[in-house]
Amino acid sequence: MTFELCVEQLLNGFQFGFMLFLMSAGLTLIFGVMGLINLAHGSFYMIGAFSAAAVSAALGSFWFSLLASLIFASIAGVIVEIVIIRRLYDRDHLDQVLATFALILLFSESVRWIFGAYPLYLDVPDILSGSLQIIGGIYYSKYRLFIILVGLLLAIFLFFLIGKTNLGVQIRAGQHDREMISALGVDISKLYTFLFGLGAALAGLAGALVGTIQSVEVGMGEPVLILAFVVIVIGGIGSIKGAFMASLIVGCVDTMGRFLVPWILMSLTDPSTAMSIGSAIASMLIYVLMAIVLIVKPTGFFGKGLT
Amino acid sequence: MIPERSINVVCISSLLIFSLASHYIGEPYFVTLATRIAIFAMAAIGLNLVLGFGNLISFGHAAFFGFGGYVSGILATHAFNLEPILDWPVIFIGTSDSIVIWIFTIALCSVFALVIGFFCLRTSGVYFIMITLAFAQMLYYFAISWPSYGGEDGLSLYIRSSFLNIDTMNGISFFMICFFWLILSLYLTSRIIHSPFGLALRASRHNLDRVKSVGITPFRIQLVAFIISGVITGVAGSLYADLNRFVSPSLLSWQMSGELIVFIIIGGVGRIYGPLIGAIFFVTFEQIFGSYTDHWQVFLGLLIIVTVLFARGGLIGFLSGSRANE
Repeated sequence: MTFELCVEQLLNGFQFGFMLFLMSAGLTLIFGVMGLINLAHGSFYMIGAFSAAAVSAALGSFWFSLLASLIFASIAGVIVEIVIIRRLYDRDHLDQVLATFALILLFSESVRWIFGAYPLYLDVPDILSGSLQIIGGIYYSKYRLFIILVGLLLAIFLFFLIGKTNLGVQIRAGQHDREMISALGVDISKLYTFLFGLGAALAGLAGALVGTIQSVEVGMGEPVLILAFVVIVIGGIGSIKGAFMASLIVGCVDTMGRFLVPWILMSLTDPSTAMSIGSAIASMLIYVLMAIVLIVKPTGFFGKGLT
Repeated sequence: MIPERSINVVCISSLLIFSLASHYIGEPYFVTLATRIAIFAMAAIGLNLVLGFGNLISFGHAAFFGFGGYVSGILATHAFNLEPILDWPVIFIGTSDSIVIWIFTIALCSVFALVIGFFCLRTSGVYFIMITLAFAQMLYYFAISWPSYGGEDGLSLYIRSSFLNIDTMNGISFFMICFFWLILSLYLTSRIIHSPFGLALRASRHNLDRVKSVGITPFRIQLVAFIISGVITGVAGSLYADLNRFVSPSLLSWQMSGELIVFIIIGGVGRIYGPLIGAIFFVTFEQIFGSYTDHWQVFLGLLIIVTVLFARGGLIGFLSGSRANE
């Protein structure tokens, strides 16, 4: 094992972490402000990826496909919020889980109906293909660096939006006392629709960005959704700061685990056993991490008590 | 309005009559369908104990369903291949005797539910939903990446496990075994719900502080309920493995957990027979719409959304016009 490989894996972990952040930021805001558990968040990730693939096939432009993912995912989010989600805010968690579970069935099956069951592929644009030399002779994929950069910029944007703007004040106030801020003349229902659309747009962009390195297929959103749940449980539900830290931790632990656990086991047993046992253990690592965090602090790093 | 009791009696007897009739007119496919309904209903009855009566929304009960399935699958495979599971301290080559398999399933599922419940019940509300989901996913990914028992491809069983002298490969005999388990789990749930323990469990969903103030520890009550619930769902999983003679990680998937919740909600939350009616409805719906289009899940999704938004008592509530017995 070399130092270069370690750095590369660590960067992969960061790239994965920033993608998780785009997913979990929307999820944690929606839960924190509206008190809604949204299983259908993974569907926006999928919608983003598919609309990017469709636009990229039609226009051949990567940048337009990214824009399309933002637009279509946010439109889907806004429509779903107005038609269905709005009626669920006052319901208990069971109704929310079930209705959003039904939305996943609806979206996944509709997308399979429209696009067929075969995976689609997106191309990396020329300017971002190939690799770049970073510190000390280490080369790293330009596209993955681009993802890290986008994630970082959006994180800064979100912190600015929530911490420094008027809208952010309303969002933070909404987390504490919904009735009070509507009594103060804030149109709470518009705020909710906006937030839901914003969350969906971020998820859609994440889907398009990741869809370019992996493949675009039905059901791609749910594994990421479950990881995003792990992230917001670790970070504390409702906290953007928590979601940011936990995303990077989960991203790095997962990536490094898949790489290091088999390597460590290899010194104990023969390589093929080490690979199979190692990958089985590595796939469970983040869930173990979550269990440990919950034992030490049942509300996550930045959680504010149970609901 | 039909009394809830009559709806229950009609449902359970129509399932029995349907399978017997299908057997005598020579339609083994429908017998299998009825067996599936019985098994799914039993799995959801297990979940209903914590979800319906304890308000603990477990989104990871597929873990128990799949765990039960793998326990019986692994025991039967070893018995068939004559490869010992254990060499030391005793040689144990697995078994294909249903009774022994059920005892193992019950014992292992209780330990498994104890461990998961111990961690999950430290949290509540939305954290509980997510952590149960995460535990189920953990097992799912483990089953996929662990190569010894088929990994992603699953594990095929050559023959159903034996039960006394009954030919379990005969559809209707196997249905009767599953039907017996279904009745047993319905009876057990009903006894539990009306016992002092059940009263404490139902009270803990309403007001935790009051339960504490009369000297009951909610955690213990909930943990015991979680274990019983996991065991019922686990035995259902073991029967499901036997029915299909196949176990795969898809039994552990989060879609499975979601479907178990769907059975309960469609039937009606907080009703002992709710999961049965939900399972009957779900499987019938799948058969009818599935024969028209591969994309029947679109309609299922729409139906669930309408049920959640407008018909909150589920089918039983709709037919009987009554609220759930709290």
